[in-house]
Amino acid sequence: MKALIFALLAAFTVPALADRLPLPTDTPASYRNECGSCHLAYPPALLAAGDWKRLLARLSDHYGSDAAVDAAQQREIAAFLERHAGNPGPAGNPPRITRTARFVRKHDEIPARFWRDPRVRSPANCEACHTRAGEGRFSEHEIGIAELKE
Amino acid sequence: MKTLTALALLLVAAAGHAETPQAITRQYADAAPAGFVPAARRGEALFRQNFAINDKMPSCTACHTDHPKNPGRHAVTGKTIRPLAVVANGERFSDPAKVEKWFGRNCREVVGRACTPGEKADFVAYMNEVR
Repeated sequence: MKALIFALLAAFTVPALADRLPLPTDTPASYRNECGSCHLAYPPALLAAGDWKRLLARLSDHYGSDAAVDAAQQREIAAFLERHAGNPGPAGNPPRITRTARFVRKHDEIPARFWRDPRVRSPANCEACHTRAGEGRFSEHEIGIAELKE
Repeated sequence: MKTLTALALLLVAAAGHAETPQAITRQYADAAPAGFVPAARRGEALFRQNFAINDKMPSCTACHTDHPKNPGRHAVTGKTIRPLAVVANGERFSDPAKVEKWFGRNCREVVGRACTPGEKADFVAYMNEVR
């Protein structure tokens, strides 16, 4: 009986924890300012270390935009991302968080029209639906656009 | 007292080189050819010009909307961008390094070349004066 309670507790608490990805306490200001000005300062665990490395190696052509930073900031951001990288599955080349198995699994019930919604515009725009994504909260119970809830 | 004043000055200098938009306009104007006088009117024209170099960002207004007092939206990622107009966002044009960084990126991407010091002076003057 005790084992069953534990199993049930684990089943309910683990998914909730997995939806919380606050930025680590040692997040450098350069990461928030440089990366976080054009898109959410994504939780580092959403890509693997090798993918962060590949992405940082070509910031001057960052998905069609020039996101180059100075050498000191690049080193600081690279060290931080690699320190806190996760294991979300292969991300393609160039690496995209949205291609990782983790992202795909978490969003597999979202119909294509939701992604096209003008309020969303891009799957890179976490905050369009996850209104508290800035605090690292990605729970499906905190979706901001009512009619996009499934 | 003198030491305190010196210390206060040092602290102000160390705090990310806070400047006023007027001072930043002046710095750019000083780097322009002799006799250059910044004009908000030309800055507005630059803000509205359709450069058509970049499909997703043909003009400044693609992300910053038709009026700099409005919050903008990144044309690719959808992220909210705080207003450019100083009257709506007091932090704008107060950090010379930040201003130069964004002129660098955005001029290359949207205008298709580096902006001149004169263009930058005009642009900052417009953003500071627009109501």
